[in-house]
Amino acid sequence: MAPPAQSQRSPSPSQPSGKGEVSDLKMQLRQLAGSRAPGTDDTKRELFKKVISYMTIGIDVSSVFSEMVMCSATSDIVLKKMCYLYVGNYAKHNPDLALLTINFLQRDCKDEDPMIRGLALRSLCSLGVANLVEYLVGPLGNGLKDGNSYVRMVAAVGVLKLYHISASTCMDADFPALLKHLMLKDKDPQVVANCLTSLQEIWSLEASTSEEAAREREALISKPVVYYFLNRIKEFNEWAQCIVLELVSKYVPTDSDEIFDIMNLLEDRLQHANGAVVLATIKVFLHMTLSMTDVHQQVYERIKAPLLTLVSSGSPEQSYAVLSHLHLLVMRAPFIFSSDYKHFYCQYNEPFYVKKLKLEMLTAVANESNTYEIVTELCEYVANVDIPMARESIRAVGKIALQQYDVNAIVDRLLQFLEMEKEHVTAETLVLVKDLLRKYPQWSHDCIAVVGNISSKNVQEPKAKAALIWMLGEYAQDMQDSPYILESLIENWEEEHSAEVRLHLLTAVMKCFLRRPPETQKALGAALAAGLADFHQDVRDRALFYYRLLQYDVSVAERIVNPPKQAVSVFADTQSSEIKDRIFDEFNSLSVVYQKPSYMFTDKEHRGPFAFSEELGNLSIGTEPADDVVAAQRVEANDKDLLLSTSEKEESQGYGNNGSAYNAPSYNASTTTGASSGQLDLVSLDQPSAVHTTTASTAIDELLGLGMPAAPSAADLPALLLNAKAAIDPSAFQQKWRQLPVSVSQEISIDPRGVAAMTNPQALPQHMQGHSIHCIASGGQAPNFKFFFFAQKADDSSAYLVECIINSSSCKVQLKIKADDQSSSQAFSELFQSALSKFSLA
Amino acid sequence: MISQFFVLSQRGDNIVFRDYRGDVQKGSAEIFFRKVKFWREDGKEEAPPVFNLDGVNYFHVKVVGLLFVATTRINLSPSLALELLQRIARVIKDYLGVLSEESLRKNFVLVYELLDEVIDFGYVQTTSTEVLKSYVFNEPIVVDAARLPSLGPAALFMQGNKRMPGTAVTKSVVANEPGGRKREEIFVDIIEKISVTFSSSGYVLTSEIDGTIQMKSYLTGNPEIRLALNDDLYIGRSGVPSYGYSGSAGTGAVVLDDCNFHESVHMDSFDVDRTLSLVPPDGEFPVMNYRITQEFKPPFSINTLIEEAGSLKAEVILKIRADFPSSITANTILVEMPLPTCTTRVNFDLEPGVVGQTADFKESHRKLEWSMKKIVGGSEHTLRAKLNFSQELHGNITKEAGPVSMTFTIPMYNPSRLQVKYLQIAKKMKTSNPYRWVRYVTQANSYVARI
Repeated sequence: MAPPAQSQRSPSPSQPSGKGEVSDLKMQLRQLAGSRAPGTDDTKRELFKKVISYMTIGIDVSSVFSEMVMCSATSDIVLKKMCYLYVGNYAKHNPDLALLTINFLQRDCKDEDPMIRGLALRSLCSLGVANLVEYLVGPLGNGLKDGNSYVRMVAAVGVLKLYHISASTCMDADFPALLKHLMLKDKDPQVVANCLTSLQEIWSLEASTSEEAAREREALISKPVVYYFLNRIKEFNEWAQCIVLELVSKYVPTDSDEIFDIMNLLEDRLQHANGAVVLATIKVFLHMTLSMTDVHQQVYERIKAPLLTLVSSGSPEQSYAVLSHLHLLVMRAPFIFSSDYKHFYCQYNEPFYVKKLKLEMLTAVANESNTYEIVTELCEYVANVDIPMARESIRAVGKIALQQYDVNAIVDRLLQFLEMEKEHVTAETLVLVKDLLRKYPQWSHDCIAVVGNISSKNVQEPKAKAALIWMLGEYAQDMQDSPYILESLIENWEEEHSAEVRLHLLTAVMKCFLRRPPETQKALGAALAAGLADFHQDVRDRALFYYRLLQYDVSVAERIVNPPKQAVSVFADTQSSEIKDRIFDEFNSLSVVYQKPSYMFTDKEHRGPFAFSEELGNLSIGTEPADDVVAAQRVEANDKDLLLSTSEKEESQGYGNNGSAYNAPSYNASTTTGASSGQLDLVSLDQPSAVHTTTASTAIDELLGLGMPAAPSAADLPALLLNAKAAIDPSAFQQKWRQLPVSVSQEISIDPRGVAAMTNPQALPQHMQGHSIHCIASGGQAPNFKFFFFAQKADDSSAYLVECIINSSSCKVQLKIKADDQSSSQAFSELFQSALSKFSLA
Repeated sequence: MISQFFVLSQRGDNIVFRDYRGDVQKGSAEIFFRKVKFWREDGKEEAPPVFNLDGVNYFHVKVVGLLFVATTRINLSPSLALELLQRIARVIKDYLGVLSEESLRKNFVLVYELLDEVIDFGYVQTTSTEVLKSYVFNEPIVVDAARLPSLGPAALFMQGNKRMPGTAVTKSVVANEPGGRKREEIFVDIIEKISVTFSSSGYVLTSEIDGTIQMKSYLTGNPEIRLALNDDLYIGRSGVPSYGYSGSAGTGAVVLDDCNFHESVHMDSFDVDRTLSLVPPDGEFPVMNYRITQEFKPPFSINTLIEEAGSLKAEVILKIRADFPSSITANTILVEMPLPTCTTRVNFDLEPGVVGQTADFKESHRKLEWSMKKIVGGSEHTLRAKLNFSQELHGNITKEAGPVSMTFTIPMYNPSRLQVKYLQIAKKMKTSNPYRWVRYVTQANSYVARI
């Protein structure tokens, strides 16, 4: 029965306005408030229920607040609970009324019954009214020391609630210290778990302003604390285990023995029926073994079966969450899963989002031995009545063809798709055949024969039409009818809505003209005329360009429009390896499901307890000086042998387009264009590469940077010499940053003239490099810029790590320095500041 | 960290709404519902269980037509959130006996009471029905189960199995029976979901069994229970590739590829005598989930024949044979087959004299549906369908139609041959021997024959 219908006097039971009912309730409650007659509690219960049902469906019942409070003087716990629920809902927005409740809540906090003490304390902390915090401190302090674990459990979370209402009150009362004590001493595991979550949240929020808090936050992942939790892990319930495991995954063990001990201890967690526990355990295993290639691979083998079991048990929603993680692992190490391909076959009743993941996995694990079976299976899906599924399956077949050596059979299959005469199948296949030809030009004869038979009238989708037109132009020599088909397409120029298709049409007719001039001349003329009159800017530009090119010199046009093409060996990947690594770092989180690192979808303040790694992710990595490139590449080369190593070189250069959140460093951009021009081809046809070079500004910056005296510091600070060629990779930096305590933290001012130079984010790193201080990562937008620097002592290679936040409007700089050798950190700080101040004068 | 939890009806009404952190706007339920309902304009694609909208992450699971939803702003573990939602549904069901819109509406105060203890300020405290008992004081208002669609795997036993009391699976863990005494009983269900794909020539391409041993205990005093499984049960197919069927088939051994256990299960003597021991907590929970890719005999064989009869006509003949003993009866069988889009009309010929069978052409989905109330083991059934098309198909019928899929339930049958040999209740009860129900059931997960 719906709550509104419960009120029998309601004139319109479907949607009561609520007003009449609420004032009725108010009157009835008032009558009951003082009554001690037997049966009063039952009547009250009914009335309270009505109030709460109105509350649920969104009717404002705050007007009965005082009556509810008056009626709460009862020993009936069910009534009390309803009253607490009500009060919790309305107190925040009615602070004056909330004051009414303080009295009885405080009294209940001293009740004999621990249940009532706990419940009252929870309600008291949930009021969320800033003026009332003074009333919270006493009961909370008592709650933390209560003899009953339920009350302590509530109090531990209560401290966090207080912190969110008034951080200063919470800190002044020294509650975090009490929590820490409880966390390490309490017998009740849930109390311990709540202390941990509260402390994690409090220290993370405090860490940005307080050094001590940052230290405390680091202390939570120190060896003694982590071991304490590990030793008690079986006492915790499954949810608390997830929290502990997440904590352990942040811990950096000192040696491999420690890693094995931890993994042996947690091994049986992989057999837990709760997927969240299993994934949290897997995260620990994966992260701890990252640098141990063999063991890391064994971990993959070990976690395969539990993951597959989780995928096939539980609700479809749960299995989707696990499947997303399996997908991530398959994409990182396809060869480990190549014999499990049958698990990735789609079932007809699965939702599309599951099938899509499975198709990607099938594509990834395809190798010489299983390709035939996988492609056969995929062909079944192509015939599927489900159109999106058929499309995805064709794409999968195409992707497999593009990554295989022996594509013979696959090309035949693709060509068969064209004969199926289903519009969506034909369209999707055409796009693929086009890509295939760019990689394997040797197949052109077979393909052209089939493609030539397709009537352009049956192809309507712009992408497919563009692909067909591209082939008509590219293979004009081999396709008998090419000029005439193009001609008929040009006749319908006006009806062609897609600018992309019109652009391709222009290029194709150009190519065709250069090969078969007499037959195409007329079509070309018509196309150029139509193009010049086109309302779309790009189309008009291209038509004009071709027109002038032909006017200037036909042979030059030939060289530009129809140069001999190199087969494409690698298509640029859409997702950079850096992004993939970030997602892997955030294993067991939404990043994996969304296939995006968290900084792309969460606000900064919601990034969880240990936000450092995310911070670094927000910045662009890779401003190493030229000397370091060699070292970095050497590392990469080694990594390639490592199992899931990070990056393929082709990909790593392609990252400049990951959203506006960070600036592509000009340094990288120039290498991309310099080193790999001609090899790296974007999938889109004939479009200019999307990489922007900022050569001009770089040149100026270089002048600025190089113009600085190379080692001015030597004279000022003879005590400290830095290694000019120091190098560290970002992940090692990150790890070190986590391990080391902050040794210097201060705020300084810089010259506004220097700040002006901040408009180019590359200027400062290059300047600092002249002082042997290397930038690891940088980012931010005006007015806040953030940099991570790294330096190394020349004589004993101990490291200095710097976080530097520059506010360009206030000209303030916040410095945090961490050092292996604490004693020299002050000297380094001075050196750093002097280098920075020289930037100001540059 | 969960910001909000709410339950929506199929129409999008708020049945329960609890805000834990106050950092997500109040209208989130409406925003969520609109997004899910209109995920894609054509309405064909389902919304995924997790999505992000304006910085808010929405998680949802569907249980008996209700949407259980959680929101958060942080980068939470999706498994944790979805597992939690499923668990909340189970806890509520344990308390209310029946989970439905009506039972939730009647008991929303009790549900709020549960929610307050399950999550505090966004952090999960406990989802154990047992632990929650000491915190929860409302008595459930029991709704009549008979009128409601049943829920969950155990509900399979409701149909056609007279040997057990119908009320058992819909009994609340806290409500007392009329007469004040609780009936001492324990249910152990072996539920196997099978997936089989047949090639067009009738060979098994892939097959898998996903099994669960589910337990629901109404025993007082939390006695320890020992559950003995097959002697020849093995876990892990070490050395045997996952799909090497020849390996262990025929030896009679039951080989699980992998399995996982509820946290209450002790495996101390499992290696010696294949016995699991546990103290079952109150409420329903899976003792063990397992996965088998070992070859097994599929319960049904499906035979499809398509004959073209002229340019605009064709005949489809579907044959289903039940390959299990005649002492066993499958029920609620549905055979489906997509037909070419140009199909305009279908005439059906059922076997003469059959009862409990219907055949239908669902025009909107271009689908043939053949349903049977029951099939006795060893029997065979045939359906003939004459199709009329609006345009010529040029022999392309097989590319436009199929595959044939089948759903069914077979009580007292499990293809894996995994057994509970005995169920021992350690402590002697004061009262008479408690009732023990050990039940088997097999259900089709994805049972598909290509044509």
